[in-house]
Amino acid sequence: MKDNYDIVVVGAGPAGSTTARFAAATGASVVLLEKDRDVGVPVRCAEGVSEAGLTSVLDTIDERWIDNRVSDVMFHSPSGKIVELRFNQVGYILNRKLFDYDLAHMAIKAGAELYTKAYVYDLLRDDDRIVGIKFTHLGKKYKVKAKIVIGADGVESRVGRWAGIKTRTKMRDMETCAQYTACDVDLSSKHLHLYFSSRVAPEGYLWVFPKGEGRANVGLGISGEAAKKKSPFACLNEFMAERFPHASLLNCFAGGVPCDQTLATIVRDGLMLVGDAAHQVNPITGGGIAPALIAGKIAGQVAGQALNQGNVSAKAFQDYPRRWHKAEGRNHQIFYKLKNYIYKLTDEELDSIADAGLKVPKEKRSMITLFRAALIKKPSLILDAVKVFA
Amino acid sequence: MQQIFLEKIAYNRAVCDFCGACVAVCPHDSIELFEADLCITASCTLCKNCVYVCPVRALEIIDEG
Ligand SMILES: Cc1cc2nc3c(=O)[nH]c(=O)nc-3n(C[C@H](O)[C@H](O)[C@H](O)COP(=O)(O)OP(=O)(O)OC[C@H]3O[C@@H](n4cnc5c(N)ncnc54)[C@H](O)[C@@H]3O)c2cc1C
Repeated sequence: MKDNYDIVVVGAGPAGSTTARFAAATGASVVLLEKDRDVGVPVRCAEGVSEAGLTSVLDTIDERWIDNRVSDVMFHSPSGKIVELRFNQVGYILNRKLFDYDLAHMAIKAGAELYTKAYVYDLLRDDDRIVGIKFTHLGKKYKVKAKIVIGADGVESRVGRWAGIKTRTKMRDMETCAQYTACDVDLSSKHLHLYFSSRVAPEGYLWVFPKGEGRANVGLGISGEAAKKKSPFACLNEFMAERFPHASLLNCFAGGVPCDQTLATIVRDGLMLVGDAAHQVNPITGGGIAPALIAGKIAGQVAGQALNQGNVSAKAFQDYPRRWHKAEGRNHQIFYKLKNYIYKLTDEELDSIADAGLKVPKEKRSMITLFRAALIKKPSLILDAVKVFA
Repeated sequence: MQQIFLEKIAYNRAVCDFCGACVAVCPHDSIELFEADLCITASCTLCKNCVYVCPVRALEIIDEG
């Protein structure tokens, strides 16, 4: 490893690898540092993504990334009513391990260097200027100089904090999650299941994403506030005992998703934040794979451009937040408002939304049908819902 | 990197999944999370956000009674 690069990227998740790839493609020297021993492991994800979410950044979709394809979603109401919707595009359940590996490999092929077991613990400064990072590797401390530091360090988002950006996730915006990959479950492989109910998953939802061959990711997220009363694992175990009492479990993990709007500040002089670190997750679904790819591509390109122009000030990076907001960030503001509204709905209200959905024939049903019913007391948000779901 | 284990928070490494949710909600950046270890540093004010957000309840305030 050299002690000086144009760009150092902290974290080799989808956001970091994609940023590194697009930055390296502009000719910049890039090093990608990952604290875990392996890229893509452990997988902390339900692995659902839409086709468009991938193709917006990736030229080809490798079949190895895809465990299963889904076409429909079943919404389960608190009293057990089921509203089925057809997706307007293919949904994939990924193999995130292979997917994340390949994204990192693409960055390497574009010219980036990658080191694992490299734990970044601080920024390197010259007076007030950020000029690199400090990290530990196999028990030794190192410094790396860089013109630009990219914080792609996921939900923890400490790189941004060190630079003085308020990256902390509020308790009510943090979805605290638990998931099992269950096998021997008797389910159609074409249907996703989402459960909304204050009992099953307060201020969040429970998902069942079939992975094919009798396997499924069964997990839930609840807000940090709701978790004060009951932990996500306690909620999930109750559901498993009721719904899949005989399932064998292939794995089990915990995780946190920042279900927020994009942070107000995602660039500083010599620094950018991408992915979960910048709170770029879709706040209503908790989906952060596609946003990480989209933001990573823009951030990588803008970082490369700024280097070529010899200016790495926050001002020179403004194209990144501008393009991100146009592509996704603006919609996330709407999703955030909708999330805050639907998390307040009572179980009775959720049941009546299901009733309203069931009155519309399946071919004509859409997310808008459901949101029209959900927002009956808040019509000002209906137009917003139409904007993001139409 | 200060590594001061506060005697007021019990950390159960056997239960921890190292997911980082606690780090994200900590108001004072008081938690260091390595690949398979966690430590709480001196700036902790015992706000309990980490205790509540932890999906597996690996952190606990030690009640002094
Ligand atoms: C339970 C759960 C289910 C989910 N389901 C879905 C889903 O179905 N669909 C979807 O689209 N999204 C889902 N998500 C969200 C998705 O996983 C994230 O949004 C996505 O991984 C974000 O990518 P990222 O690169 O920003 O962060 P990450 O993938 O978290 O990568 C960050 C990387 O940075 C590393 N890192 C952190 N700190 C340091 C440091 N100090 N030094 C070096 N390296 C560091 C970490 O080890 C990690 O590898 C889910 C999340 C959870 C928790």
